[in-house]
Amino acid sequence: MSTITFRLNEKNISLEADPASRLLDLLREDLGLSAVKEGCGEGECGACSVLKDGVLVNSCMVPVGTIEHCSIETLEGLRETDEGRCIIEAFADTGAVQCGFCTPGMVMASIALLRSNARPTLEEIKVALSGNLCRCTGYDMIIKGVQLAAERGDGIW
Amino acid sequence: MMTKKISDSIRRVDAVDKAGGYTQYISDMSFDELHYGRLVRGLRSHARITHIDLPALPDGYYFITKDHIPEGGKNEIQQIGTDWPVFADDEVTFYGETIGILVGPDREKVLEIERSISIEYEKLEAVFTIDDGLAMKTGLINGTNNTYADYHLNKGDVDAGFARADQIIEDEITTGFQEHLYMEPQGMVAQYVDGDYIITASCQCPFYLRKAVANVLNTDKEHIIVRQAVTGGAFGGKEHFPDIIAAPLVVAARVVGKPIQVVFDRKDDISFTAKRHPSRGIFRTGLDKEGNIVAMDVDVTINAGAYMSCSNIVLQRAIFSINSVYDIPNVHVRGRSVATNAFPSDAFRGFGAPQGIFLAEMHLSHIASHLGIDPASYKQRYFISKGDTTITNGLMHDEVKLPLMLEKAAEASDLYEKQRLYATGSGKGMGVSFYNHGAGFTGNGEKEIIKARLRMKKHRNGHVDILLSNVEMGQGLQTTFPKIAAAILEIPMEDISCDNPDTSIVPDSGPTVASRSLMVVGKLVERASQQLKERWDESPEVEVEVKYIHPEGCQWDQETLQGDAYPTYGWGVCIVEVEVDPATAEVETKGIWTVHDVGIAIDEMIVHGQVNGGVIQSLGYGSLEKLEYKDGRFYQNTLADYMIPTSMDFPMMSSQLVDNPYENGPFGAKGLGELVFDGASAAFADAVQQAIGKNINRIPVTPEYIMEVMNS
Ligand code: FES
Ligand code: FES
Repeated sequence: MSTITFRLNEKNISLEADPASRLLDLLREDLGLSAVKEGCGEGECGACSVLKDGVLVNSCMVPVGTIEHCSIETLEGLRETDEGRCIIEAFADTGAVQCGFCTPGMVMASIALLRSNARPTLEEIKVALSGNLCRCTGYDMIIKGVQLAAERGDGIW
Repeated sequence: MMTKKISDSIRRVDAVDKAGGYTQYISDMSFDELHYGRLVRGLRSHARITHIDLPALPDGYYFITKDHIPEGGKNEIQQIGTDWPVFADDEVTFYGETIGILVGPDREKVLEIERSISIEYEKLEAVFTIDDGLAMKTGLINGTNNTYADYHLNKGDVDAGFARADQIIEDEITTGFQEHLYMEPQGMVAQYVDGDYIITASCQCPFYLRKAVANVLNTDKEHIIVRQAVTGGAFGGKEHFPDIIAAPLVVAARVVGKPIQVVFDRKDDISFTAKRHPSRGIFRTGLDKEGNIVAMDVDVTINAGAYMSCSNIVLQRAIFSINSVYDIPNVHVRGRSVATNAFPSDAFRGFGAPQGIFLAEMHLSHIASHLGIDPASYKQRYFISKGDTTITNGLMHDEVKLPLMLEKAAEASDLYEKQRLYATGSGKGMGVSFYNHGAGFTGNGEKEIIKARLRMKKHRNGHVDILLSNVEMGQGLQTTFPKIAAAILEIPMEDISCDNPDTSIVPDSGPTVASRSLMVVGKLVERASQQLKERWDESPEVEVEVKYIHPEGCQWDQETLQGDAYPTYGWGVCIVEVEVDPATAEVETKGIWTVHDVGIAIDEMIVHGQVNGGVIQSLGYGSLEKLEYKDGRFYQNTLADYMIPTSMDFPMMSSQLVDNPYENGPFGAKGLGELVFDGASAAFADAVQQAIGKNINRIPVTPEYIMEVMNS
């Protein structure tokens, strides 16, 4: 156990944790942030996506010891913001959500994309979502959701 | 007030909560004093258990086995049969069979104890393949010949047909295992409170779960309460398999007296849950001088595994699907579900139809290629029409719109021009498949077995509850059911609830399977809404209950499998364009076009979501999803080696619908959830065989397999 200090959803936080444990467990179990899902635990599905210093990462692959002084953003911190709302509404309007288990991760991947590229091409969207698996939708409607969010989000991104 | 058409898309009621991460799945829910359970499995394919060496358990930790089954309870899970035990009974018959369940308050500690359990076995011989099972290489696993069922379908006079044959075409075609890969792994929590068992589960069929465990606990069904938790995808994988987890879990819940959670990790979920049945079709088809089919003899086998589960019903659908959209004269189909020591296979979207359709679509394409005719035009010769005889000697009641659907798909994809441009073997190919899917239970199952009931209740404040047992698992029922009710009651959607079912509250409207929910149960919603509307002003609170009514004119004999196998069908055409790299045999899919007849779409966006998801899942099955059974276990067991489609693998697709209302579905709607899976893998394989100019005989069509075919 050691003391870990980091920024979580715009708040400074300091707690005791095993540096070798997974960021996913810290977020879900110790901090109750259940928008972060566990789909595989092996870095393959993206359901556990969070932003670490603005970069999309799979939290199941991030040891807690490596987040010292980093900024971690989860969907809980973004869903009430203009960015979060823009994506969530767009997803709802394009039918991007079915069982919903992949969706929080997809929203995170979309935010990461649009922040760095407000007007992505179809190919760029596909690449940006390629680390996030969805078994229900076949992806088309998620892709359309990102396109719609880009269209509507003038000025947000 | 509903002024728009029923098909006009609305926003799903669950979309914002799910996209915002507010929705709680089973692993997100909190329970006081939650304990963790791990299934302890027999890691042998076939062996006698001679000794279990258990470490000393700390206080509060338990190892639960068959000895903990309550007095009078049985060590058997009530599914369609009762052969699958709760806990392996001295003998393990497949790799991964449950022996016990380890429970304790600390998950890490439970895992640590699990690692130090050692089980000794005496090895017994095992068989894994259809052929070895049929040859009874290790003796008898089931019945008298290692099959769970051996069916025959006869249409016309096969011998007389073959007597007229000018040539006979033979074929052997196979399909592999497929993993569901719902993104939310299997999970549930069970607790024992004041004599009641409460199971909160990610599942498709709350009442199946209740039935499955009642005999184990030796208690009345009323003392078992199943609550569906939000279900993160299922595809058939949460139809019967949750029974296998719940049965040992409830036994443990009674002993431990605390809520116990079992959530599979992904590796366990791939390694130790049921899959789609592997299948094989051996065809002998007689052709006359003009190349017309005069007789067809087919031997279909599926690898059912160590326990029966629902394999025989899957087999029935597989053999009925051998002629799917075709009326072929003089056909005999034999179907066998074979007992082996493989992991028992079970329901998976399509339920045997994708196998039967793939086998037959490939075979018909092979005949066409042999005759030098384009497969799609050859197949058209045999399109079934209204009034024709089905393979079970029933009547096709549907208006069949396939010719129109083909026309639309051909136009959208520019099929004929591309077929002209891409010579066979040119590396570019257009594949076409045709398919239908009988919606609802086979034959008279809805009438004899399910007997669905549904209630609707108007409260004092005008709010309406729809009470039924079908679950939202991503397919949109919690939007479409209220949408049907809102349209009839002429009240806003917001005034109608359709919550996750709880078996102590809702009537049994049947399981969420077989593409039945929207069509069969949706019809009950429609009828109940009409009754409620008529009685709306009767009193401040009004409750109505409706029961299933079987469509008139549908005759079925379950003993002989003769008559109308399904009251109606959804229909589909899928066209896939591919380009195969001659050096690497990598396939690039250039385009996907579909046209479906789902009766009337209750919500076009939801239907297109089903089409898109089902087609991509099917293309994964056809191209990528290789799951081998090696050394008696699944060889691929992580997402790194079992590949499903990503956003990069396929192009955006074009999908169209044709209206063809069905009078016994709400607003004319038919079932569609499985239909949209049934044909795309065959279209993909067909496109590849056109591109390389050689026959494809199995899926998945991986680059390695294409290489093998090209070099042969
Ligand atoms: S749970 Fe982290 S990538 Fe799947
Ligand atoms: S919506 Fe179910 S996995 Fe994506």
